[in-house]
Amino acid sequence: MLEIKNLQVQLEEEDKQILKGVDLSLEAGKVHAIMGPNGSGKSTLSYVLSGKGGYEVTAGSAHLEGNDILSMEPEERAAAGLFLAFQYPVEIPGVGNMTFLRTAVNSQRKLRGEPEMSAGEFLKVVRAKAKDLKIDAEMLKRPVNVGFSGGEKKRNEILQMAMLEPKMCILDETDSGLDVDAMKLVAQGVNALRDGKRTFLVITHYQRLLDHIKPDVVHIMAAGRIIKSGGPELALQVENNGYSDLLEGSA
Amino acid sequence: MVLPSSEAATRSAMHDDGLISSPGAWAKEVRQSAAERAQNQGLPERRDEYWKYTRPDFFVQESVTLEAQVSPKIQIFNNQLKAEILFENAVLAAETLPKVANCSIESLDDAADLDLHWVSDIYGKLELAGQYPVRRSLAALNTAKASQGVLVHATGQVSDPIRIHAVCAGRTDAIIHHVVKVDAGASVTLIETGQYGARCNVVMEVEVADTGHFHHIRVQDDHEIHALTHIFARIGADSTFKSFTMTSGGKMTRNECILELIGDNSAVSVAGACLGDNDFHHDDTVFITHDAVNCESRQVFKKVLRNGAVGVFQGKILVKAGAQKTDGYQISQSLLLDEDSQFLAKPELEIYADDVACSHGSTCGAIDEQALFYLRSRGIPEAKAVDLLTLSFMAQAIEEIEDSKISAAILNHLTDTLEAR
Ligand SMILES: Nc1ncnc2c1ncn2[C@@H]1O[C@H](COP(=O)(O)OP(=O)(O)O)[C@@H](O)[C@H]1O
Ligand SMILES: [Mg+2]
Repeated sequence: MLEIKNLQVQLEEEDKQILKGVDLSLEAGKVHAIMGPNGSGKSTLSYVLSGKGGYEVTAGSAHLEGNDILSMEPEERAAAGLFLAFQYPVEIPGVGNMTFLRTAVNSQRKLRGEPEMSAGEFLKVVRAKAKDLKIDAEMLKRPVNVGFSGGEKKRNEILQMAMLEPKMCILDETDSGLDVDAMKLVAQGVNALRDGKRTFLVITHYQRLLDHIKPDVVHIMAAGRIIKSGGPELALQVENNGYSDLLEGSA
Repeated sequence: MVLPSSEAATRSAMHDDGLISSPGAWAKEVRQSAAERAQNQGLPERRDEYWKYTRPDFFVQESVTLEAQVSPKIQIFNNQLKAEILFENAVLAAETLPKVANCSIESLDDAADLDLHWVSDIYGKLELAGQYPVRRSLAALNTAKASQGVLVHATGQVSDPIRIHAVCAGRTDAIIHHVVKVDAGASVTLIETGQYGARCNVVMEVEVADTGHFHHIRVQDDHEIHALTHIFARIGADSTFKSFTMTSGGKMTRNECILELIGDNSAVSVAGACLGDNDFHHDDTVFITHDAVNCESRQVFKKVLRNGAVGVFQGKILVKAGAQKTDGYQISQSLLLDEDSQFLAKPELEIYADDVACSHGSTCGAIDEQALFYLRSRGIPEAKAVDLLTLSFMAQAIEEIEDSKISAAILNHLTDTLEAR
């Protein structure tokens, strides 16, 4: 599904390298987790994959189903099936959540050359999906993320994911700032989207989210590199011993 | 209408017997003194401080240089409102004056014959009061010369909005003067759409009695227009006055709003959302005088500019001695979509009372890259994402509109206008 080879990234503004050669191969239908200390480059990886400005790719490649995504505009990547659940979802005052969702769904359809979703159909689908995530009609009407609690913002990210039905989902610290109940709700939302084909890259600092979203593969990232990959037991190792053992081992 | 020198202007106004004499004795006197006022004060010039950011040339020069576009691409409120008044080529189509419950609507042209005393108490009087401390000679000239306009007198609650729609062609030079009176306990909403002329000088005088409520909505979406508008309003106690203007067309527009709060516990709001592109200059000039206790005034102006468009804001809150518990809020913000556009702002506070809360802020910024990326990452193309952020930016101004049906219509109109460009 997603092939990342020797990805090297530095900041556009200053000569600072953040990703120093990342290799990742995500097979369709699998859940991969990336764990790592703060500042290791996890968010940068997710931003570069989804096309945020301010970064310069100095080497390497990233292909989604064989298509070179690094040469695409962010909206083209989204239409191609990539989705990023933001670590810090952005507030957009004055734009209703519903308007935003519908614009996003129909923009992607248009970019893919598919017919737009009718207002009626959209309403039906969004209501059903919102209900599963305990998002009420009020929250759908409110401006995008404005006045939402941390948990509401993250649930709203998962709702967008459910509506857009991407092939490749990247979740950046979706668990941060959530209490246990909210985290379970988010995990349920994610698990409901697992269908054997959809692929997930779950970025997290702590192991606890992975109790609810079971990964197939766990990667440890440090200082802009994947330093170790393994099964779910790797996450437990981090949980018990922290990152220090692993970091020493790699140095 | 307007002439290169104030002397010539006055001469023309005085000698134009058709205009001076037709609406009767009271009008003749008012018009003559307005013409003298304009002459004594002189017409605005480029060096005037009050015209520092906007050149008065187009408004004072003799000839009209632009052709009016016959009809705008996108229309708003068409066939939606029960009460509609039509102006064609700067002349009121008197047969269109609607019958509205709790409200009398007449033509300025007929004012003398109708013996409408309430009109003579307002016509030119509020304009005169608004000549100090800043002279507004073009408004005085309007009082002297205008023969066309509507006289709206709300005597009770007027349930549906009244719309004035104007269409024109060619180089029409429009001088329009409306007079509105809202009685105690009465309320009325007036909507102005369309274009009176290729060049317009529009004055609206509004008297809101104690416990009266007046709402004004204006859509300026035509092209090739030079418009100068003045609203002069005097607001009594326990009443409201709200004016909202959406501007998305025209080459040169200056909207002045001069409000005087003379009764306690009242609330006023003047707001605007402006979408500027290319050869576009838009000026909001507001002067609010608090001369009563416990009144709230709000000024909320948002401008989104690109391709060299220019936005201007001059807003003043004057709190007179004794106007305690005044709550004055003023915000003027612009979103510049490129480096060619500019925003010039002059916010002013002048306060002579001690127990007041006044705040003002003026900002000028570029698009929020983080928000733009967020929208694009959801598959929304850049241009559409910029449109959404434009609507987001304007939301605070549109929220000043009280009637949710009208604000929804304005929002749709803005969305359509953005999509069409
Ligand atoms: N736009 C930026 N400007 C400056 N430094 C940045 C920027 N983006 C990332 N960095 C730096 O790159 C490193 C990796 O950051 P990030 O990808 O956010 O790490 P993580 O998500 O793993 O905590 C950090 O040292 C961070 O300060
Ligand atoms: Mg991060």
